[in-house]
Amino acid sequence: MLASFQHSKMLRAIRHKNILPAISAFRAFSSSAKEMTVREALNSALDEEMSADPKVFLMGEEVGEYQGAYKITKGLLDKYGPERVLDTPITEAGFTGIGVGAAYYGLRPVVEFMTFNFSMQAIDHIINSAAKSNYMSAGQISVPIVFRGPNGAAAGVGAQHSQCYAAWYASCPGLKVLSPYSSEDARGLLKAAIRDPDPVVFLENELLYGESFPVSAEVLDSSFCLPIGKAKIEREGKDVTITAFSKMVGYALKVGRILAKEGISAEVINLRSIRPLDRSTINASVRKTNRLVTVEEGFPQHGVGAEICTSVIEESFGYLDAPVERIAGADVPMPYAANLERMAVPQVEDIVRAAKRACYRSVPLAATA
Amino acid sequence: MASSWSLIKRSRTLIHHKKKLAFLGIGSAPTFSSSSSSPFMKRPCAASAPYINNHFRFLRRFEFTKAEAAQLELQHYVTDDDDNNQVIDFPGGKVAFTSEMRFISESIQKRVPCYRVLDDNGMPMKYSNYVQISKEMAVKMYSDMVTLQTMDSIFYEVQRQGRISFYLTSMGEEAVNIASAAALSFDDVILPQYREPGVLLWRGFTLQQFVDQLFGNTSDLGKGRQMPIHYGSNKHNYFTVSSPIATQLPQAVGAAYSLKIDGKSACAVTYCGDGGTSEGDFHAGLNFAAVMDAPVIFICRNNGWAISTPVEEQFRSDGVVVKGQAYGIWSIRVDGNDALAVYSAVHTAREIAIKEKRPVLIEALTYRVGHHSTSDDSTKYRPIDEIEYWKMERNPVNRFKRWVERNGWWSDHNESELRSSVRKQLMQAIQVAEKAQKPPLSDLFNDVYDRLPSNLEEQERLLREIVKKHPEDYPSDVPL
Repeated sequence: MLASFQHSKMLRAIRHKNILPAISAFRAFSSSAKEMTVREALNSALDEEMSADPKVFLMGEEVGEYQGAYKITKGLLDKYGPERVLDTPITEAGFTGIGVGAAYYGLRPVVEFMTFNFSMQAIDHIINSAAKSNYMSAGQISVPIVFRGPNGAAAGVGAQHSQCYAAWYASCPGLKVLSPYSSEDARGLLKAAIRDPDPVVFLENELLYGESFPVSAEVLDSSFCLPIGKAKIEREGKDVTITAFSKMVGYALKVGRILAKEGISAEVINLRSIRPLDRSTINASVRKTNRLVTVEEGFPQHGVGAEICTSVIEESFGYLDAPVERIAGADVPMPYAANLERMAVPQVEDIVRAAKRACYRSVPLAATA
Repeated sequence: MASSWSLIKRSRTLIHHKKKLAFLGIGSAPTFSSSSSSPFMKRPCAASAPYINNHFRFLRRFEFTKAEAAQLELQHYVTDDDDNNQVIDFPGGKVAFTSEMRFISESIQKRVPCYRVLDDNGMPMKYSNYVQISKEMAVKMYSDMVTLQTMDSIFYEVQRQGRISFYLTSMGEEAVNIASAAALSFDDVILPQYREPGVLLWRGFTLQQFVDQLFGNTSDLGKGRQMPIHYGSNKHNYFTVSSPIATQLPQAVGAAYSLKIDGKSACAVTYCGDGGTSEGDFHAGLNFAAVMDAPVIFICRNNGWAISTPVEEQFRSDGVVVKGQAYGIWSIRVDGNDALAVYSAVHTAREIAIKEKRPVLIEALTYRVGHHSTSDDSTKYRPIDEIEYWKMERNPVNRFKRWVERNGWWSDHNESELRSSVRKQLMQAIQVAEKAQKPPLSDLFNDVYDRLPSNLEEQERLLREIVKKHPEDYPSDVPL
């Protein structure tokens, strides 16, 4: 909590356009916290879990010799050898199937997809084998596997490299789906995922890999772990609840600062866990603020926001003072041209407008139709 | 009885993989010969070849140097036609070049021959090479084949009577099932497709357990979660049957890799049909097995039919065995209706897989006598006399029986006793299973995850409340 308080205090002072401030400015304010990029957080989490449990091994394209397509697995081949860091041929179906088979037997594979878009070539193994085996075998076959990799839009990579798969995987019973935002999230959730006996889909974000976050000594400890299924309230507020995950959390925090200047106090919830969804935290927040804006990068139909909206209507309908606002990516395959791409993903301004609509500070959408 | 061979050590880099064929020939052990025609092999490898003692370290891609490449053997690539020994250097190794533009034909003139031990009358063929089996082994093999056959015919009828919802038989493939299982050890992990219940039977799964799964009752190891014939048992190292075709192939490689890391003297064995070889997972699994040096045996039951698709419409290659070499895998074609041939091949394949830590492909040629399943009527797409022919004249159970009888290990009396005893046990097991209770309501929600999550706990609670409120809507014979 202390870290985020210093974080936002410092950000107000800087008034920077980007999501996160430069490291040097932060150091001027913080005394105890260290800094760590999400990449370093993931790398250190993998390293520590591999060191603690000899059954953990990594598999994926370019994870070994190349040090990882995004350098997440840097140094691990040298440290643990080719038996525990496996470079694979280009066959997602192949290495996912192999990972599942190894997990059936009792190893703990961490399978990397270069992006989750490519996981579709292996989705049968993830859903029909990994997710359902424990149930279908009546508990005889457990699948302690982690599927990780970048998810969602990067920058200028077009339709087949930009889709968000949170909603797809989160709809399937038997899977757990996590999506970190900060380095603390990355470390804690990845460690939890590797230790978990169930199959976990771990959705990272390419643009966040290089972002730096403060991490406390507790986070740096090798036994650090975050609970699966608990959301984090990144910013407390009382006027409107904004839910987000992954990169959108940074946007939502920015929105929080902008709204604060206009007298709207936003509560930002970092979901962390898409399945199981922390409905109680979300509902408790909505019961406090009475207004909800859900934010996600993925396609709107059947998305994460749709599920959150329904959960709130089911449990806290009487507490809502305004219709739920849902901000999602445009309902089109991601275009490549930079100007079009910008319009296909949520921007800070979109979220600000939605929050204001929820607070009736601007004309409601229906009236403009 | 142990078969032994010596494999010439092969040179291996990440990007180049060349097999040298092995010779053996001690006692009655099967031989690997280079007689199977290959476009490249004009001269068989001699055991005295200069490269026999070279064993190359696994080279990482980025460390591959010219010097190391120079050590790679050329001899295999040179044919009598070529005048010179000049080679070109490419990623993947040196290749001899030729000025003759020659396309490799889509099929070799002669099909890969099929290894068989017994003729159609159960007589060992002249010069036959096989792994000997004891009387006990032979009698158990035969008894299990008869049991499997009887199970199939009775369960099929039970489905037809509407008492179970679905069934699929392994008729015609009893030898592949039982003989392959007999050649393995109980430590070997099995990842089946779905036409291999005989392997589970061999390992000691009881008739009652089979029937309980079919009826999905409370004694079912699978807690009534799956359709009939989706057996599974950790105790017997037999992974639960999963319906999507060929997904078990790369999974077997993963399991084999795990066995290797564990240092166990065991391998993974996985089955698929001719149809399964068309799936992407077949390619992924075999390719990977070779690259990862996984101790896995791929047994392909080429039974001629994938539901209504005959093999001519499934692939255009010479069956499945030729695909093995394309992946750099040792392969053999075997008469799947010859129990002794299947036994010998699997027994030897197992030794190769475990000692050499590499995959092996076995194509067992056989015939699917039954329909694909109870949802199929195969007379609609194949002639009845074809089915009859394979059922009667090429029956693997009868063929093996003649061999066992000829050895004086089986009599007509044994036969009638066995058949009536198995029938009786099955009938009894069915009676018990049919009367048994169905799995309780709590089995709806557990095992989705390792531990029951809060949302499912709540759903179960709500469901029980509703059942309590409206008992008339809930079946009275299903426990809560």
